[in-house]
Amino acid sequence: MLLAKLTKRAELLTATRHFFNSRGVLEVNTPVLAPAGSTDPLLDSFITQLEGGSALPQQLYLQTSPEFYMKRLLAEGSGSIYQLGPCFRNGELSQRHNPEFLMLEWYRPGWSLAELEAECCALVDALLGAASYQRMTYRQAFIDYVGLNPFTASLAELRQTCVAVSAIAAEQLDRDACLDLLVSHVLEPALKALNRVILYEFPASQAALAQVHQDAYGNKVASRFELYVKGLELANAYQELTSASEQAARFAADNAQRLALGKPQVIADVKLVAALEKGLPDCSGIALGFDRMVMLACDAASLDEVQTFSAYRW
Amino acid sequence: MANYATNEFKGGLKFMLDADPCSMIDIEHIKPGKGQAFTRVKYRNLNSGRVGEKTFKSGESVEAADVMDTDMEYLYTDGEFWHFMKTDGSFEQIGADAKALGDTSKWLKEQEVYLVTLYNGAPISVTAPNFIVLPVTETDPGLKGDTAQGGSKPATLPTGAVVRVPLFVNEGDLLKIDTRTGEYVSRA
Repeated sequence: MLLAKLTKRAELLTATRHFFNSRGVLEVNTPVLAPAGSTDPLLDSFITQLEGGSALPQQLYLQTSPEFYMKRLLAEGSGSIYQLGPCFRNGELSQRHNPEFLMLEWYRPGWSLAELEAECCALVDALLGAASYQRMTYRQAFIDYVGLNPFTASLAELRQTCVAVSAIAAEQLDRDACLDLLVSHVLEPALKALNRVILYEFPASQAALAQVHQDAYGNKVASRFELYVKGLELANAYQELTSASEQAARFAADNAQRLALGKPQVIADVKLVAALEKGLPDCSGIALGFDRMVMLACDAASLDEVQTFSAYRW
Repeated sequence: MANYATNEFKGGLKFMLDADPCSMIDIEHIKPGKGQAFTRVKYRNLNSGRVGEKTFKSGESVEAADVMDTDMEYLYTDGEFWHFMKTDGSFEQIGADAKALGDTSKWLKEQEVYLVTLYNGAPISVTAPNFIVLPVTETDPGLKGDTAQGGSKPATLPTGAVVRVPLFVNEGDLLKIDTRTGEYVSRA
């Protein structure tokens, strides 16, 4: 049983490397341990100390994503790159989470989000077998499955729906928290019946570092898509922001929000901002949870079943 | 009482919800790649016995409930209360009412030890041991030759409970019963 899963994982890794090799995408390895961390107020890093080497920074972060270093490579003119490497997120442990997991992340300079979406689907077809993809906007998914328009519903209406589906104390929830709750409690369970779904045009407030444009209804939406397979969030893609000032502003805003949440400040990656100033090419990028891909390939119900040694079996 | 934050939630944790003591059954961490984390809790309301679900925002906390599970021996009933005695050597006695006793009344037996759940010192539920031995007070006589066919018939116990038993069981026989399912296991 264990051997079968190890073999399946190895096959998927080989197939992934073959896929990118044949498309001329370069495999890279960037630091897992680094002096700057993710400022995202909703992600918590593992922090450790460097002993000795007095000239070096003392506090180091295990990376929650390889994004910053990969963007620095893109700014250096690396061209298309991919990475298969471990990421670490503190406090995340469930059937679908493990504090350490394997991330597949890749960037395509000069590509539109639509081109990247096609490539993402081709990879999933190569690894899980071909199937059709249902595309739906975030707006339409909410109207069909949650019964409200995420752009026009009032905060009171959103909170009321949250209480109805989850009995949460909703008076503290802001719009995005309400939407996140409705995705996890209503939309994802509904998507379980739909195999492969591309969800796109997220509200601009959930753009993270994606560009923003206007949808057909005049709503500001993020140039971002997520791939769900059987209700499992598998990949998240952006038409990447390339503005250095916007990146610096986002770091500062994140840390301000962390302060408000009572979370420690995170040292932001100033070298990323410098790299963006030098010039990040227009590009699309995507992060895919590789262990979840193995889960789907093995028809497993939890990450624990497919990770070689999950936190439950340390 | 103490408070527990979402990262301290675990199965069996007793907490207060809308003025009722509850026990956590199942905890699920929910976190999208980008976005808010939530903790979904399946719980049992210890007053009503009902199971419910509630989601908490990450970092939210709940108040601990003063709930204790105590081993106690059943003594007698005065018709209104069922009296139990602590087995810790204190000989302290507590009377549980019919609501706290619930379905466990079917499996009551003097000198047997039960798990009594105390909330603020008062009993709110009584749990029988998984297996209990009780005599048959009434059942139809078994017919000869039926033993091989594996048929069953009702048998009444001194508590008034009725269980399905094999045809060979007679009045006065001691039966081992699984109290979780209410099913006959064997003759004792």
